[in-house]
Amino acid sequence: MEKKINILGQKDTRSGFGEGLHELGKSHPNVVALCADLTGSLKMNAFEDDFSDRFFQVGISEANMISMAAGLTIGGKIPFTGTFANFSTGRVYDQIRQSVAYSKKNVKICASHAGLTLGEDGATHQILEDIGMMKMMPNMTVIVPADFNQTKQATKAIADLDGAVYLRFGRPKVPIFVADDAEFVIGKADTIFEGKDVSIIACGHMVYKAIEAAQELAKDGIDAEVINMHTIKPLDVQAILATAKKTGCVVTAEEHMINGGLGDSVAQVLTKNTPTPQEFVGVDDTFGESGTPDELMTKYNIDTADVIAAAKKAISRKK
Amino acid sequence: MEQYASQTRRDIVRMVAAVSSGHPGGSLGCADFFTVMYHKILKQDPKNFTMDGEGEDLFFLSNGHISPVWYSALARANYFPVEELATFRKLNSRLQGHPSVDHDLPGIRAASGSLGQGLSMGIGAAQAKKLNNDDRYVYVLMGDGELQEGQIWEAAMYAAAKGVDNLIATVDYNGRQIDGDVEDVLSLGNLKNKWQAFGWETLEVDGHNMEELISTYEEAQSLCGQGKPVMVLMKTEMGQGVDYMTGTHKWHGSAPNTEQLESALNQLEMTLGDY
Repeated sequence: MEKKINILGQKDTRSGFGEGLHELGKSHPNVVALCADLTGSLKMNAFEDDFSDRFFQVGISEANMISMAAGLTIGGKIPFTGTFANFSTGRVYDQIRQSVAYSKKNVKICASHAGLTLGEDGATHQILEDIGMMKMMPNMTVIVPADFNQTKQATKAIADLDGAVYLRFGRPKVPIFVADDAEFVIGKADTIFEGKDVSIIACGHMVYKAIEAAQELAKDGIDAEVINMHTIKPLDVQAILATAKKTGCVVTAEEHMINGGLGDSVAQVLTKNTPTPQEFVGVDDTFGESGTPDELMTKYNIDTADVIAAAKKAISRKK
Repeated sequence: MEQYASQTRRDIVRMVAAVSSGHPGGSLGCADFFTVMYHKILKQDPKNFTMDGEGEDLFFLSNGHISPVWYSALARANYFPVEELATFRKLNSRLQGHPSVDHDLPGIRAASGSLGQGLSMGIGAAQAKKLNNDDRYVYVLMGDGELQEGQIWEAAMYAAAKGVDNLIATVDYNGRQIDGDVEDVLSLGNLKNKWQAFGWETLEVDGHNMEELISTYEEAQSLCGQGKPVMVLMKTEMGQGVDYMTGTHKWHGSAPNTEQLESALNQLEMTLGDY
């Protein structure tokens, strides 16, 4: 039951995107990148410097960027757009819907500073609805990697997927626990800890919170399984059913609204196949505010303690 | 040329009348433009349509609601059988109310209907052509009412600032939109000055004079490759060719009934055979 994990360092997931994109610049001549005046924040500078002919600075005009990216696919380019998650989704929902998804264009929408951990900028920039918006969209794959290494691997993997992708990552430095040579398989969840008492299914920054929670739970004799559900859509249904069968109760954890997020998707799978007690760790129908990432995760009930409490509650609901 | 335009106008009114829906006004107004585009201007390969259109000119319709004129032009240019025009707006058709690529209709590379997105897509496609050393052009048609969308001006700024000079855009300047005259709904001000101020080469043309249309687009091509995108402000009459549909915005988005259809068809010579 020992829940040991090898921490390889501490980096922001957006830097994983920047490195992955730069490597794609070398390996994939058809990869192009577009940015709406946030090149530094998105860590796209290296790509811009080394592949300037394939880098499009569009200025503060996200709508134009998304439709332009769709146009670039005509002629075989693989465009990666970069801006904050809020401006990558809510601001351009209709452009994504018509120019990208309905038009079946191979655009990779890469979104940084997602969720509360954007921090001090406050609720205007802390989007917590983006997973929901993007998973509702037909023809859209939705990926929320957990750490620097996984974000880098996911960035490279989506270049080889023929279709639109929403890739969500964040601002703060967080522990790295995915091996740097791990293979990223779109739609296939990673089991981080095996367990028998409760399944914690998490994505993004909440995967590390789930790891911490499992370690704390172990001290109380509770054996938690931790699953990194990095792909929200298409969802790894087999992994969900297998872990639910094994533990009999589920906690989902995400830096996102409970409404419309990973938890909803997992609940659909369970309800249709094998109704199972499930607790939802996420933001409960409210906007965020200014503060440090840690303060915000605590205040808005998406911290390690919340995952622990949810796990205990889920276990108590088992018949 | 005149034959194609007349037949396309017949196709338009028959298509919208058959399903009692659709947008005949703007479609009729652009019939001459589409005829010139698809029979004189565009370098294209209708029988071997590919999404990438390598070595070909690309055409984007941003104001997707005038799909009837585009569908007719595509069918009459041999992109797909003219008989298929009878399926317009019907269940399981490739001819969706607004253009779609989800149904794999040859000739269409982007969905449109939600306004304001086509110019940006055209810019992207034009940039891809430059990266591919493909020296053909990208054409975009927009409505004038559509220019009220903010995204158009994002795109206008971008294309000029970044020297997208393989792009030829056209505004269907008919002065009318669903709720009334553009001047009354939300005036565009001095449109020519606006595009020039944004840094575009700006031409004007009578959209019902075929010779002038041809020479204008030849001139537009000659202006490409000089660091500036090209705008053609095309003056048209909404409903052109059907007397009772002109001089009003009323036929922007409504279809003729049986009697009105008959009246329209009496004014439009059948030249190539109805679908």
